[in-house]
Amino acid sequence: MMFNRLHSKTTLVKNILNYSNRSYSTSCLVVAEHDNQTIASSTLNTITAASKLGGKVSVLVLGNKCNGVSDALTKVQGVSSVVAVDHPSLEHPLAEAISPVVAELSKKENHSHIFAPASSFGKNFVPRVAALLDVNAISEITKINDADTFVRPIYAGNAICTVKSSDSFKVGTIRTTAFEKASLSGGSASVVSANDWAAPLIEKSLSETGIKWDSGEIKKSERPELTSARVIVSGGRGLKSGENFKILEELADTLGGAVGASRAAVDSGFVSNDLQIGQTGKVVAPELYIAVGISGAIQHLAGMKDSKVIVAINKDTEAPIFQVADVGYVGDLFKAVPELNDALKKAK
Amino acid sequence: MKIFVPVKRVIDYAAKIRVRPDKSGVDTNGVRMSTNPFDEIAIEEAVRLKEKGIAKEVVAITMGPKASEEVLRSSLAIGADQGVIVNTDKPLNPLSVAKLLQKLAETEKPNLIIMGKQAIDDDCNQTAQMLAGLLKWPQATFASKIEISESKDSVKVTREIDGGLETLSMKLPAIISCDLRLNEPRYAKLANIMKAKKVQLTTKTPEDLGVQLNENLKIVSVEEPAKRSGGSKVTTVDDIVASLKKHSLI
Repeated sequence: MMFNRLHSKTTLVKNILNYSNRSYSTSCLVVAEHDNQTIASSTLNTITAASKLGGKVSVLVLGNKCNGVSDALTKVQGVSSVVAVDHPSLEHPLAEAISPVVAELSKKENHSHIFAPASSFGKNFVPRVAALLDVNAISEITKINDADTFVRPIYAGNAICTVKSSDSFKVGTIRTTAFEKASLSGGSASVVSANDWAAPLIEKSLSETGIKWDSGEIKKSERPELTSARVIVSGGRGLKSGENFKILEELADTLGGAVGASRAAVDSGFVSNDLQIGQTGKVVAPELYIAVGISGAIQHLAGMKDSKVIVAINKDTEAPIFQVADVGYVGDLFKAVPELNDALKKAK
Repeated sequence: MKIFVPVKRVIDYAAKIRVRPDKSGVDTNGVRMSTNPFDEIAIEEAVRLKEKGIAKEVVAITMGPKASEEVLRSSLAIGADQGVIVNTDKPLNPLSVAKLLQKLAETEKPNLIIMGKQAIDDDCNQTAQMLAGLLKWPQATFASKIEISESKDSVKVTREIDGGLETLSMKLPAIISCDLRLNEPRYAKLANIMKAKKVQLTTKTPEDLGVQLNENLKIVSVEEPAKRSGGSKVTTVDDIVASLKKHSLI
C-alpha cells in the first residue's frame, strides 16, 4: 500500500517534470494557409494543434501583399509571434519557394516542431521541408500524445497508428477536422518581417527549378466550404446524373450546408472532383452528414466516418453505409430527398 | 528521355485489413498484395509517353523484400523496359525511400520521375516531395494532366488542389506525383506478362547505394479504429426529421 502510494507520487512528480519540460522546450512553427486576403480556417485548426504542445507558437505567413493576413494572425488566440515574408512570387504557394524559407527559419529560431494543415497546400510542401532538414514527416496527425508521440490514421482510416519521433525537428501535417479552430481574438503577437534573408532564398530556388505558376481555376460557391461545413449533403452513383444533384443542392440550402460527392459520382462525371469526400478526396467531420445514394465503400468511409451524426438514404438494405449510419432510410432517394426537404422547411 | 517510375507493393486495395493482436502492425500474412493503385497510374502515364515517342526508356523501381519483384514484373508487363529492386527486409519510411531514389537518380540521370501521390498502406503522401527536395528539382504533385514541351526540356502539369485546379510549368528534370484522374491504367496482356517474366531485373541493396536507412520514426502501436454503432433504420421521412430533432440538429 505504502509502496503503491509512493510509486504514484513518483509518477506524479515525473508527470509534472515532463509537463514543465514540454512547456519550456517546445516551440512550434505553423505555416499559415491563406489566399493573401483571409486566413484559411485550416490554419486556425493547426494553431490549436500546435498549442497542445504547451510551448510557444510562431506563425509564418508567406504571400504577396498579405499584410492583412499577418495582422489578423497576431490577434489569434495562442499565437506568440508572426513572421511575414512578402514577395511577388509568393502570390501562389509554390513548394519550391516556401520550403527553403521554412527550413531556414526553423534552424534560425530553433523550432522543435513545424506544422501545417493537411490540405493540398500543406501536403505539397511539408515533406519537401522535412527532406531539406533531413528528418521524417508525419502526415495527417489526429492526436498529439506528447512532444514526440503522434497519432495518425493509416490504411484509409482502417487502422490507427501511434508513432514516436527522435528526429531533431518534428515536421507534420495536421488533420484539421481533428482539432478545433483557434479563436480569431485574444492574441497579442507582433509581426516581424523576414524579407531580407528570405527573398534571396526564394529567388535562388525558383531559378534553380525553373518553376512557374501558369493558371488556376478555383470554383466559387455560395455554400459553405466542405471541410468546415456544419452540414454536408453528399451524393453517390445512385443520383444517376449531374442534373439530379440539384435535389441535393436544394436540401443543402435548406440546412445551410455544403454538397459533397463520393468518388463514384465524381468518376461518373456527375460533379467536379473538388467535391469528392474520401481517402483520396477531402476528409470531413461535420455535425450532420447525409449520404444519399452512396453505398459506403471503405475509401468513402475514410473521409466521413468521424461525422457526428450520419444519415444514409439508400434503396439497398445491404449497403455498407447503413453499418455506420445513425439513421438509415431504406427507399428511393428521388422520392425521399424532396420529401425530406419539404418536411425540414416546415419544421423550421 | 528516360523516365523513372517508383512502384510499391501494398495490400490490395480491396482486401480487408486485420490489425495484429499485439498491436505491432497490420497482418500481411496470406493477404492479397498488389501494386499501389497510384503507382499503376504512374506506370501507365510513362508508357503512354513512350508510345507517343516522347520517352525512350521507362525504368520501374521498387524497394523492399524479394517478393516486391512481382510489382516490377507487373510494371514490365504494362510496358516498362527495365526493373530495379533495392532489396532490404528492414522497414523503409518515405525519407529512406527518397534517399535511395536520390542515389539512383544521381547515377542514372532520368529526365523525369513519375510516381503515385501516396501509397494506400501508410497514406503518407511524402516520397515525391522529399525526393524533389533532396534533388533540388521542381515538383508537381497531384497531377491530373501532363504535357511535355516539344523541345522536351520542360513540362506543364495540371494539379488537383483544394477548390479546383492549377497549372504549373517547370524545367526538366522534374518530379511528378499522380492523382487518380490522370489516366485509366490498362490491363496487361497475357503475352506481355509472359515476356515480362524473362526480363533480367537489377538488384541492389541500400549498402550498394551508400544510403543509411533512417530509423528515427518508430511505430509505438497500431490499433483498430473506434467502431461506430450505426445500424438503426427508419421507414418514413418524418422519422428522419424526428431523429434530427432528437440530436438537436434542427
